[in-house]
Amino acid sequence: MIHYDALIAPRAAAMRPSGIRRFFDIAAEMEGCISLGVGEPDFKTPWAIREAGIRSLERGRTQYTANAGLKELRAEIARYLKRRFSLEYDPLHEVLVTVGGSEGIDLALRTLVAPGDEVIIPEPCFVCYQPITTLVGGVPVSVRLLAENEFKLTAGQLKAAITPQTKLLVLPFPGNPTGAVMGKADLEAIAEVLRGTDIMVLSDEIYAELTYGGRHVSIASLPGMAERTVVVNGFSKAYAMTGWRLGYAAGPEPVIRTMVKLHQNCIMCAPTTSQHAAIAAMRECDDQIELMRAEYDQRRRFVVKSLRGMGLECFEPRGAFYAFPYIGGVGLSSDEFCERLLYQKKVAIVPGTAFGGPGEGFARISYAYSIAHLQTAFARMREFLEELGGTMDG
Amino acid sequence: MERLLKLLEQNGRLSAEDLAAMLDRTPAEVARQMDEAQRLGYIRGWRALVDWDKTEVNHVEAVIELRVSPKKNRGFDEIASTIAAFDEVKTLLLMSGGYDLQLVIAGKSFQEIALFVAKRLSPLDDVLSTATHFVLRTYKKEGQVFVGEEPDERECTTL
Repeated sequence: MIHYDALIAPRAAAMRPSGIRRFFDIAAEMEGCISLGVGEPDFKTPWAIREAGIRSLERGRTQYTANAGLKELRAEIARYLKRRFSLEYDPLHEVLVTVGGSEGIDLALRTLVAPGDEVIIPEPCFVCYQPITTLVGGVPVSVRLLAENEFKLTAGQLKAAITPQTKLLVLPFPGNPTGAVMGKADLEAIAEVLRGTDIMVLSDEIYAELTYGGRHVSIASLPGMAERTVVVNGFSKAYAMTGWRLGYAAGPEPVIRTMVKLHQNCIMCAPTTSQHAAIAAMRECDDQIELMRAEYDQRRRFVVKSLRGMGLECFEPRGAFYAFPYIGGVGLSSDEFCERLLYQKKVAIVPGTAFGGPGEGFARISYAYSIAHLQTAFARMREFLEELGGTMDG
Repeated sequence: MERLLKLLEQNGRLSAEDLAAMLDRTPAEVARQMDEAQRLGYIRGWRALVDWDKTEVNHVEAVIELRVSPKKNRGFDEIASTIAAFDEVKTLLLMSGGYDLQLVIAGKSFQEIALFVAKRLSPLDDVLSTATHFVLRTYKKEGQVFVGEEPDERECTTL
């Protein structure tokens, strides 16, 4: 009789399971349930990209690629980063193609964080930074992003969180779940705190193409920051390529070299078909990005207007494809609110607490859905709020 | 105006308030543009997109290609307006290529449509020939997939 509980490594066993897995399993089984929960585009991958993937299969390009990724793709990535975000990287030594942005995050954390190192994580945020930090023996230091700061990280908050043990700042903007963006001035204030320290930045820019009312600025484009920043980005959100599992990391040569070392031991290389498709994405699809972005932008305004029309306070998101309304005004916790909404009106949204404790009082609403779908869901949400007793005023 | 018309073409039931939010305009501005679009005839009507195959109702459609002899003074307009006046004719288009006019026609049965062609269309003086093609199945109409629409299989995999 094997006692698996005793066998499983304590750090792995201690990793917090997804709090909402069960919740969304219920939603998936529920007849007539309408979800606003997903975190991936509703668009299909643009045809030119799919075709490039198919063509690579037809030509039998089915072997491994170089560990760091196809040279041609890395060159395209470097050109793309220069073209879109004014970032300069040597494609041979400073770019690594990964299995989604997620692998880039994992590798960067494992490469930089030693046991006892502190990692500053602004929350609410995407779910993986904290568990991976803990897994490698690092110490996550949560910084609470505030609605009154438009969910931006401020220089003051950063300064207050820095200790002699601080190794890394995770900077996930445009942000999931908040939709917050940090403009050049906001980033400059952060950069000013970091210059002259040995603190590195993991800049997760997976939503960089989805900003509304201004282009994304990468902190690595600010003076003196490229040398202390690992930029993680990918194809999933910009090109609607989530299932292709393809991302990349760019950063200082010694860091990328070490990340490649880890990558070649655990992954070998990112999927070859996806890499061929991605070359076409970067060469041919700037206009497709814009079409999708314009569509999200229309929905974004529709969503904010609809939520505010229900009496919910809603910060205006400037990036990604989420709205993050305040739902705490009805006297329910985020979890209770979302659970009741699911059972009473069959609408599934994600409680803010799924993105860390500081998400309490909020819920994430994805607008990677058609307007008709959103309309149906919002009609039900409105009923739900009215039935709760119109306590939403003020 | 173009973006407004495109949105309305996809979904005619959006309110002026919703459209205003989506287009970053005021509701009054959008309402004024919608009035103008109707006044200028940019918007020709409001209707539901019905999938008759899903209902119990007998409904048959056919596409008819017509070759006609145009008139000296009025070209195709005269014969076109005669044909357009039939209630059975849902769509009438002047075409380039192998024939002149294309009709989409709806009726209760194949027979009804056949009778319409034989009794109404063919006898018209200017009609030289007709070719009637019955619609067997509507897969997509007006941008909406009718058959084989894929369910949304996305999940909250990682948030």
